Amino acid sequence: MKWVSCSILLFWVLAVVLGYVVQLDPNVVDLKRVLQAPSLQHWLGADELGRDLLARVLAGIEVSIIVALSVTLVTMIVGVLIGLLAGFYGGWVDAVLMKVTDVFMAFPGILLAIAFAAVLGPGVGNLVLALCLTGWVSYARLTRAQTMSLRRRQHVLAAQSLGASVPRLLFQHILPLLTSVLVVEATYSIASVMIAEASLSFLGLGIQAPDASWGALLRDAVRYMLAAPHYVLVVGACLMSLILAINLGGDVLRDQLDVRKEIP
Amino acid sequence: MMWLMRRFFELIIVIFGVLLMTFLLIHLVPGDPVEVMLGESASAADRVALRAELGLDRSLLHQFGTYLHKLAQGDFGQSIHSKMPVSTLLQLRYPATLKLALWSLLIGLCVGIPLGVYAALRAGRWQDLVVTIVSVRLSAMPAFWLGPMLMLLFAVWLGWLPVSGMGSGNAIILPAMTLGLGLSAILTRMTRTSLLEVLQDDFIRTARAKGLSERVVVLRHALRAALLPIITIVGLQMGSLLAGTVITETIFSWDGIGRLLVESIEKRDYPVTQACVLVVALSYVLVNLCTDLLYRLADPRVRG
Repeated sequence: MKWVSCSILLFWVLAVVLGYVVQLDPNVVDLKRVLQAPSLQHWLGADELGRDLLARVLAGIEVSIIVALSVTLVTMIVGVLIGLLAGFYGGWVDAVLMKVTDVFMAFPGILLAIAFAAVLGPGVGNLVLALCLTGWVSYARLTRAQTMSLRRRQHVLAAQSLGASVPRLLFQHILPLLTSVLVVEATYSIASVMIAEASLSFLGLGIQAPDASWGALLRDAVRYMLAAPHYVLVVGACLMSLILAINLGGDVLRDQLDVRKEIP
Repeated sequence: MMWLMRRFFELIIVIFGVLLMTFLLIHLVPGDPVEVMLGESASAADRVALRAELGLDRSLLHQFGTYLHKLAQGDFGQSIHSKMPVSTLLQLRYPATLKLALWSLLIGLCVGIPLGVYAALRAGRWQDLVVTIVSVRLSAMPAFWLGPMLMLLFAVWLGWLPVSGMGSGNAIILPAMTLGLGLSAILTRMTRTSLLEVLQDDFIRTARAKGLSERVVVLRHALRAALLPIITIVGLQMGSLLAGTVITETIFSWDGIGRLLVESIEKRDYPVTQACVLVVALSYVLVNLCTDLLYRLADPRVRG
């Protein structure tokens, strides 16, 4: 399992790098090869405007990874800060912040991200913003729960009685102990952000034409399913391999970090 | 009773929060929402009229008050595009989504639970391994992947089912499968784990010692106890099911709330967008409440 996921991930990384090396251009229109089946010149065939599908798939991965990493980074920082404050202070600060997260969690799945993306308008920036606005909740909950137990630890109490400031307590004495839990949460969230990004792009709310994204590619492929079944098959297969690889990779990483172990 | 009161109180706060969030949505529109909705060619009079109709010329607090007041009367405002009352649109579209969600749930339960029981009874053998691997990986696949793949297989290649639309009776099968298979994968895993755990219990040993057939032991005694946690899982999964209808309905041109939401976004018909988000979120909140109540009714141990 480990080797399967690593080799698929490595394969895609190499493919993206190679795409740069041979300078595949995802936006060259060639109306002579509209919806062409895979051939020696175009390994994965061509789309409805005769653009090379391989180049578009690779460009899609890039966008997807950039969005996933930036959303994960921002949501982690915001969520952890909120969780630390709620867990450390308790009382009404905690009550208010947790009611806010309750409200965010009352919206099912990516509905809230769809709603935010809808009013903010299309584009990569707004897409990232919409996903950030909804993604911080899980980090906040997780950090709060851990902080509540950690703040009563002896080393924290000792530091507090020696007069350490609150930021020092939070960032020097509590946060380092949360690292492995947060890394594990991040592996989940990278995969789910990639899927959310693709879902929004599939609905036409994310990345806009002519830029490639996996969601938008799949949506166009569905449109031409009757005329060119290879289109949807190729995009679907690529998407499946990447999602499986990321999931398997996450499992491997989680086994390595083994969160079931008690926090030290 | 105390529990019920507290649960009810929490429910009110959450519903209030959901109302506030959906109300604020329209204020997140960059620039002037009236301009965005009507486009640049609209006349000044139209703009003033729409602004007054939406109450955007009043204070935020006043607007929220009016919003709640109108909602209480079942008034969701008017669609900017079709000029129809939003409540009529919702009434037209909601039953289709409900039908889709229920069929998906049915598929999820009918496929997931038997497969889970099968895997648990074959635990450690190759059948178990195959079921587990397939269900783990299937549950990771999003609706916008599974939908097109099922469409390609059953509608384009095999030609058994219609590609999309709501024309014929069997048109619901593919969209319901898209949503239901993901759910069934999760249910398979849960049923397997839960059943394996229950089969270790003392009362199962007693049942076997009484000389009951294995069939009765598993189906009557073990499965009943094992299915309790499934209620919670189904409740939690209803959320992704409801959100999944947005994408599935779009793929299969199924005229439900989800498709109405996407259409309204494309037309910048914000009152409709707002109402769809609100209705789906409130459905989810209510499903969660029902799950909690059902769980309490089903399991005497948590009533205490």
